[in-house]
Amino acid sequence: MFSLITFLPRAIVQSVPLLLGCVGETLNEKSGSLNLGIPGVMYVGAISGVIGSFFYETSAGENFNPVIGIIIPLVTCLLGSLMMGLIFCLLTVTLRANQNVTGLAMTTFGVGFGNFFGGSIIKLTGADVPSIALSATSKAFKTSLPFADKAGVAGDLLLSYGFMTYVAILIAVITSFVLKKTRTGLELRAVGENPATADAAGININRYKYFSICIGCMIAGLGGLYYVMDYANGVWSNDAFGDRGWLAIALVIFSIWRPNWAVWESMLFGGLYILYLYIPTGANFAMKEIYKMLPYIVTIIMLIAISLRNKHENQPPEGLGLPYFREDR
Amino acid sequence: MQDSRTAAVSMRNITKTFGTIVANNKVDLDIYRGEILSLLGENGSGKTTLMNMLAGIYYPDEGEIFIDGKPVQISSPKDAYNHGIGMIHQHFKLVNVFTAAQNIVLGMDTDQDGKHISKGKLDIDTPSKRIREICDAYGFDVNPDQKVYDMSVSQKQTVEIVKALYRGAEILILDEPTAVLTPQETEKLFTVLRNMRADGKTVVIITHKLHEVEAISDKVAILRKGEYIGTLITKETNAQEMTNMMVGREVKLNIDRPEPHDVKPRIEVSGLTVRSSDGLLKLDDVSFTANAGEVLGIAGISGCGQKELLEAIAGLQEIESGEINYVEDDGSRSSLIGVDPVEIEAKGVQLSFVPEDRLGMGLVANMDLADNMMLRSFRFGKGAFTDRKSPHKLAEKVVKDLEVVTPSIETPVRRLSGGNVQKVLVGREIERAPSVLLTAYAVRGLDINASYTIYDLVNQQKDRGVAVIFVGEDLDVLLELSDRILVLCGGKVSGIVDGRTADKNGVGLMMTKLGGEAVG
Repeated sequence: MFSLITFLPRAIVQSVPLLLGCVGETLNEKSGSLNLGIPGVMYVGAISGVIGSFFYETSAGENFNPVIGIIIPLVTCLLGSLMMGLIFCLLTVTLRANQNVTGLAMTTFGVGFGNFFGGSIIKLTGADVPSIALSATSKAFKTSLPFADKAGVAGDLLLSYGFMTYVAILIAVITSFVLKKTRTGLELRAVGENPATADAAGININRYKYFSICIGCMIAGLGGLYYVMDYANGVWSNDAFGDRGWLAIALVIFSIWRPNWAVWESMLFGGLYILYLYIPTGANFAMKEIYKMLPYIVTIIMLIAISLRNKHENQPPEGLGLPYFREDR
Repeated sequence: MQDSRTAAVSMRNITKTFGTIVANNKVDLDIYRGEILSLLGENGSGKTTLMNMLAGIYYPDEGEIFIDGKPVQISSPKDAYNHGIGMIHQHFKLVNVFTAAQNIVLGMDTDQDGKHISKGKLDIDTPSKRIREICDAYGFDVNPDQKVYDMSVSQKQTVEIVKALYRGAEILILDEPTAVLTPQETEKLFTVLRNMRADGKTVVIITHKLHEVEAISDKVAILRKGEYIGTLITKETNAQEMTNMMVGREVKLNIDRPEPHDVKPRIEVSGLTVRSSDGLLKLDDVSFTANAGEVLGIAGISGCGQKELLEAIAGLQEIESGEINYVEDDGSRSSLIGVDPVEIEAKGVQLSFVPEDRLGMGLVANMDLADNMMLRSFRFGKGAFTDRKSPHKLAEKVVKDLEVVTPSIETPVRRLSGGNVQKVLVGREIERAPSVLLTAYAVRGLDINASYTIYDLVNQQKDRGVAVIFVGEDLDVLLELSDRILVLCGGKVSGIVDGRTADKNGVGLMMTKLGGEAVG
């Protein structure tokens, strides 16, 4: 039976990796970088967190401290995704390589990187099943407020999540505020819209690009971490992350580059993503696959709608995908 | 020329190269406070490059820059603003989705009193007030809250000027500011510039238009092929002297008009009516004959059907009614209506249309010169292979004949300066040895020397017995070059006059009223 009370929390849990990936990609795109490496970045963020957490959990054993158990994977995840961000910056900003090619290569690289280390750790554990279970860390990540399950329906809907859910929403809202209301945001948007103009206005283009790409990648990496530690209950298995990275990029378009809108729209996407589980299709797997397409269909409709309305504010940043070199003619 | 004052800006021995192109070679230039200086030179003579080095866009390879006598390093646009230099580029440096005020404050670290602005809060109200003050002081019309994408070209330019003033620019550099303005807007701009001069500011205006130099500037500095030639006081010089210095040799400012010979009809148009795709009447019952061995000038306010007329002859435009006939040397006629453009081209009807953005029609920016030549000839060749040798030779010929400044014919055309791009476009059509040459705005944006090269080419073609149809913007040129002038007014033929006897006022009147007399 379909029940909104059980469906909504699951949609929200689905939405968090998408939201974080989307906010990260939005930051990238606002600086004029179409980073198609985001799926790879999220993958690397996830495996980096798994590596940190695996070594802490095995070495700590009985003395597992939940706070340290959260901090270590967080730090390794941020470092891993920062590394990916720096690679992308080095190639596209400093060396002015083609962003699409670099991004796609990084996605391939990131997935390979994750599967390699994932496979290695699975071998280390010597387990029979091809997965790693980090139950202690996951428990720490999933800790919700103690009174959440006593607060009835409201508690289920609003309070039943791990802390990263709220962090993700906070990050989205803060990012929106920075982009819209601060000088830094104005200058960053100018870099993405028209780098030559920003340059002539005395803005350090490369610094803005490096910072926004790296911070964006770190935020996206957190999405990967959330997926393993919270959503998947600390179980890593290769390729389980699926196409969430691409969905996050689609969400950027769907939210028309507004992270605060993405909060709601990621929940919609999350809901659409798992809707097939709630629609009784029986053994008809073909229908299931069609329902899985829903988020992408919605994105395409949105794309058509915004290009039909042709409102300047809803268009992608003008300088998106283009390298900038001052003395180029 | 000696001047006892200290120059606001002195450039000494400035050299800048791009790859193998020397854009500026050992240039010395002095700019004085409270003056309007014109920087005059042909296309590609290094005017913009030189000023970009003052604005911090480029950094000189060699040489020194002095501001008020003190040596300075200008390595970024920010440095330039700190020294009070603001530049308005030909392509505006504005973010379309921002408001005027957002664009104006963009990137500023300090406010009007030199106080540091925090990176955090974005205050638009205080700057907006200040912008209104600047507008009132100089007579600008800018709404700080208007988005740039909603603005006309002239409004955008105004925002750029206000931006420079807001940043405390004492020295304002304008790169070909009038290229995109109507005569009325130009006059308004000049008034503003004079106000600024009266306020003690220094203005440098980059241009290749002599009448503008005479109208606005106190002094004129001339560059030629990247080298500094000299500075003249505008009042003490004349167009002929400036042109000679700019071009480096004696240039006649009169356009030749050789007597036509062997005149015979080549294209006969009768009752031609054309509607645009949205149903507007573009050409209404147009009839005329274009003769071989003659230049037929077409005058008219822009958008009066010139483009449609040429395209109809070239077979690119759908026709509602009327006849277009091609007359062979032996007098036999064949209709051009409904004929494939490729076949029309094969008859020797060549169209060269220079649109406002130059690259929009006819050239591919990322392809090199030779490949662009091939766009006309790729159909010729053996079997599946194209003939690459003859376009290569043609490109070499065009470069040599029209003095196109390019590192090599393998250079993508987008790397060339605007004037040179145009020479490639016009050169290609002319070198194809046509029997009918249709050309629109062939000299749009070209400097004097290049324009005269084009006029000479047109005359050569006329001498060869080609029927030339020349659509022009400049009435003076049309009157000097054409044998006959067809005046269009709102898609109708207002009259056909003899180029030798027509007077400018008469033609001007015909352009605005049918037949030159008031109707209706």
